Amino acid sequence: MGKLTRRTFLISGAMLGGGALFGFIATPNRLGIRRSSSKQEAWLATWVNIAADNKITVLVPHAEMGQGTHTALPMMLAEEMEADWSMVQMQQAPAESIYAVGDMIKGFLADGLDVPAVFQRHTDYSFYKIASLMNMQITGGSGSVRFTGQAGMRRAGAAAKEMLIRAAAENWQVSVDECEAKLSQVFHHASGRSSSYGELAEQAASYEPPLHPVLKKKEDYTICGKPIFRFDTPAKVVGMQNYGIDIQLPGMKYAAIRHAPVFGGSAVSFDKSGIANGKGIETVVKLADSVVVIADNYWRAKTALSDLSVEFSDGEHGDFNSNNLFVEFTKALSSADIEVDFEQGEAGKELSSAAEIFSADYSVPFLAHATMEPMNCTAYFHDGILEIWTGTQDLLGARAFAAEVAELDFEKVIVHPVQLGGGFGRRLPTTGNYIEDAVRVAMQVSYPVKLIWSREEDMQHDYYRPAVQSQFKAILNSEGQPQLWHNVYTDIGINDDTAAAFTPYAIPHQSISRVELETPVPVSYWRSVEHSSQGFFLESFIDELAHKAEKDPFSYRLSLLKQQPRFAAALVQAAKNIGWEKNLPKGHGLGIAIKESFGTIVAQAVEVSLDDKDNLKIHRVSAVVDPGEVINPEIARSQIEGGIIYGLTAALFGKISVEKGRVIQSNFPDYQVLKLSGTPEIDVAFIESGERIGGMGEVGLPPIAAAVCNAIYAASGRRIRQLPLIDQNFNILA
Amino acid sequence: MAFKLIINGEETIVDVEPAMPLLWVLRDELGLTGTKFGCGIAACGACTVHVNGVATRTCVLPVEAVDGAEITTIEGLGKNGLHPVQQAWIEHQVPQCGYCQSGMIMSVVSLLDNTGNPTDEELNQAVTNVCRCGTYQKVRAAVDSLKQS
Ligand code: FES
Ligand code: FES
Repeated sequence: MGKLTRRTFLISGAMLGGGALFGFIATPNRLGIRRSSSKQEAWLATWVNIAADNKITVLVPHAEMGQGTHTALPMMLAEEMEADWSMVQMQQAPAESIYAVGDMIKGFLADGLDVPAVFQRHTDYSFYKIASLMNMQITGGSGSVRFTGQAGMRRAGAAAKEMLIRAAAENWQVSVDECEAKLSQVFHHASGRSSSYGELAEQAASYEPPLHPVLKKKEDYTICGKPIFRFDTPAKVVGMQNYGIDIQLPGMKYAAIRHAPVFGGSAVSFDKSGIANGKGIETVVKLADSVVVIADNYWRAKTALSDLSVEFSDGEHGDFNSNNLFVEFTKALSSADIEVDFEQGEAGKELSSAAEIFSADYSVPFLAHATMEPMNCTAYFHDGILEIWTGTQDLLGARAFAAEVAELDFEKVIVHPVQLGGGFGRRLPTTGNYIEDAVRVAMQVSYPVKLIWSREEDMQHDYYRPAVQSQFKAILNSEGQPQLWHNVYTDIGINDDTAAAFTPYAIPHQSISRVELETPVPVSYWRSVEHSSQGFFLESFIDELAHKAEKDPFSYRLSLLKQQPRFAAALVQAAKNIGWEKNLPKGHGLGIAIKESFGTIVAQAVEVSLDDKDNLKIHRVSAVVDPGEVINPEIARSQIEGGIIYGLTAALFGKISVEKGRVIQSNFPDYQVLKLSGTPEIDVAFIESGERIGGMGEVGLPPIAAAVCNAIYAASGRRIRQLPLIDQNFNILA
Repeated sequence: MAFKLIINGEETIVDVEPAMPLLWVLRDELGLTGTKFGCGIAACGACTVHVNGVATRTCVLPVEAVDGAEITTIEGLGKNGLHPVQQAWIEHQVPQCGYCQSGMIMSVVSLLDNTGNPTDEELNQAVTNVCRCGTYQKVRAAVDSLKQS
């Protein structure tokens, strides 16, 4: 894109419908600014457009996949800008470099934090030609509100407000201090004058934005903290929301795909004699690891594909079996080849001298994402340009990825943003196999092609949540307090946030380590990433220790959280909300767990029941969430409920197994998911501790598996160390 | 072969193979993409429409089986403004990604048409749609608000 100047900005603004445009305009070279660590930076990498009729459009650089970002981010900007919310609208920013989420990254750096794993990996993903730190537009790491919102949207809004006030003050020849901005107007009370933002916008846009705009105090908020309705709900209830799978283009054809069943396998040949005369069949394309049938209707393509005889080769992994992997895990855990991530006290010495060591092994399986909208991508190569329509969590990354696949310049690729029918980590460019397929097909034909994966392909060619095994050893003192916490777990990838395995409890001697292994199973981010398994391990084992010490598991935790007031507060509240002390009917049990992830602390207490036929029912979940601050309580509640359901589904049913290099599960019956009937009552409470704002999209998930299993123990004395529960002889209602 | 469908009140003739599922007739032949594809084996409910007023999964429903039938899709549900269920969905802010919601809403409408005051158990039995975003609790709350008490 070259040098970015204010002019570039205004032109882009004009393209988006005219009006003044405020943005990141402090110096001509945006990249230069972003790399600088000087304090003299305007953190305004976001855009707001004010039209003459006072309509304000906020451009959001992140994808909407259900998490409500498209509403929460404009709320943050509008709040600081003193905008009239009824006149604010949202527009998804296009896949252009100027919308890269540099500020998201800087949000981490500025506070002395590390770049989170989800972004980091992309930064050294050399596959992308443009893979520099800033060329990303990622939605993930629960980062949109935390980083783009805090560092970008708020400051942009505040700067815009100051510029608008300055414009009014200059017009009226009064001091800015005498002016007040409110509901998209600037007032000079002394003289009774007022001007709308629309009237002031053009003049305001000629100023340099202030470097340090003053942000509002929380007690003055009129928009943030309110359960404001989402922008996208009306379209979603009438079937008018356009997802990638809904794209329709003139002359477009439909494609169905079958991949080599074994990871790393390839497509050798096909015989199309059986389908050649089928109605509407266009052609068959062979890619390296798949065959694709193109037709004038998806069903025709899919039907022909299932009639097509194809020869696949298995490659090297035709004998891989995920059951054997756990045997390998067990061996690896006792190997000497471990990476120590945290040590405190004298863990080694304690271990060798101890009289009684309490030990336990836990494991979790591979998991598929199973987004409700199966993978799909529409691609059209024409006039040297590749156009793409697809749901992606990173528009710019997807653009770079597609350019790489097509061997085109970045500039020759256009990615059209569309709503995602679920993301959960599946739709990142690093897992862009569905984009790659469509691009390769599009490069071979002259018309637009919509390639849709069947649910079976989606399930069997995902990038999975890694399987993990974790081994704990502990020593308790005479009061039952843990003296030693010794943990080693397996790491087959996607485990950059090793702190996810750290315990918040005050234990003097600790050693936390992992052993790295390789498997042929492709792995990637899955809602809450490492925390999804670590939450289960850590919070199950501490529960075991409490019972070993013959202490109440809630009080036991509390006694170890004296240095962690936020954890303690959330835990106490969750216990209170479920009624920890209440008398329970026969067969019922309560469990509790707590996990911090993405800067947010979540405690969950769960009530379950088991009858004498091992029918397991989850009755209730009380979640207490301390994200520091809540932007939109209604959206936040949905996210927490969603995280709980996603995690509960996994704990109860979720498992991907691989036999002979092939995934066994194929669709919802054998990859069972929770439905209305199995959904417990969920109550969600927020603690606004005022600490730095944390994430919301993933944080509801990590404690749930342990809370449920701890409740099962309380109800029955059965300790669950392996997920999913359906494999442990329970009958569970979906 | 030609089939006559009355879709959202309008008579429509489609000339397709008898075995083509109604879902793909709607989506690919007629451009009605509000009805979604989720599993293709009648396991998720994303493709639910009303066939002669009854919530029906269309991904395995051959078009020949509905020749002459009245079909209502999500696009036709609120022909005269929003249907009360759609309104309740906005009021309760049910959708997250929204992908499952066309099917979810069609199932709920059909349930409420049959029984104005469903019990929890009836709701569980009738609405077995999958929502991976986990909107179930809000679905339940929205349905509760629609019960005639
Ligand atoms: S797509 Fe028809 S039930 Fe899933
Ligand atoms: S709202 Fe996303 S699947 Fe239901």
